[in-house]
Amino acid sequence: MLCQLCNERSAESFKPLSTIQYKEKVTVSKNRPVNLDLGTFKHPLPAMVSISHRITGVMMFVGLIFMFCLFDLSLDGAEGFASAQAVMQDNFLAKFIAWGLLVSLAFHLFAGVKHLFQDLGHGEELESAEKAAKFVIGATAVAAVLAGVWVW
Amino acid sequence: MVKSVTSFGRSGLYDWLIQRVSAVVLGAYTVFMVVYLLNNSELTYEQWSGLFSMTSMRIFSLMALMSLGAHTWIGLWSVSTDYIKPMGYRFAFQMVTGAAMFAYTVWGIQLLWGL
Repeated sequence: MLCQLCNERSAESFKPLSTIQYKEKVTVSKNRPVNLDLGTFKHPLPAMVSISHRITGVMMFVGLIFMFCLFDLSLDGAEGFASAQAVMQDNFLAKFIAWGLLVSLAFHLFAGVKHLFQDLGHGEELESAEKAAKFVIGATAVAAVLAGVWVW
Repeated sequence: MVKSVTSFGRSGLYDWLIQRVSAVVLGAYTVFMVVYLLNNSELTYEQWSGLFSMTSMRIFSLMALMSLGAHTWIGLWSVSTDYIKPMGYRFAFQMVTGAAMFAYTVWGIQLLWGL
């Protein structure tokens, strides 16, 4: 009985549409409201953490040139090592960049750990996802203060 | 199945796995470096260059360097496919990213083995 129903229904739905019917269908779907303007959305916390995960990743990519230059200098003999130390002790801009990269790294790392836990099926519910996002933000705030103390 | 010729592992599944494995390597390297630097606040050049002369540290660093290249490539590739719609600009961005990560990898190897 059920199968019969199915067959009847599918036979019905596979009937080719006439051009007019087809055009109507397209118009209907085209008129459906579509909002792709991200600026008008209310973003839940996990969404903010997700986009920040990407932003911190891009920031660290840009900052790689700073890290590699500093690393290169630090391994360029005793003199190079001394000047790398001097830069990190005296130059405000270098300190600020280092601090910014450390904070980005902390956020990216915590959000990454969250991601791995979610891959394993934890923290995917509405409530637990919110908690996990809050944890990432809280842990980064602590790390930002500690990184500031370390750099300055 | 949609296949993308510009992705790192030639398939989303490989990219997915490589991104996670490289993330774990980079996380371990980060934790190691932070703990090392915190424990050696009076670091000297001899200690610092000695650390990177060790074979074990070169293995770990090269692993981190390779992971950095792959992780950055996959990450920025994902970002570019989501936000850069015109094919030409997207491809140009991916070329620049790829060239940059290749250069960093070579630079890193030269630093480690030039000691």
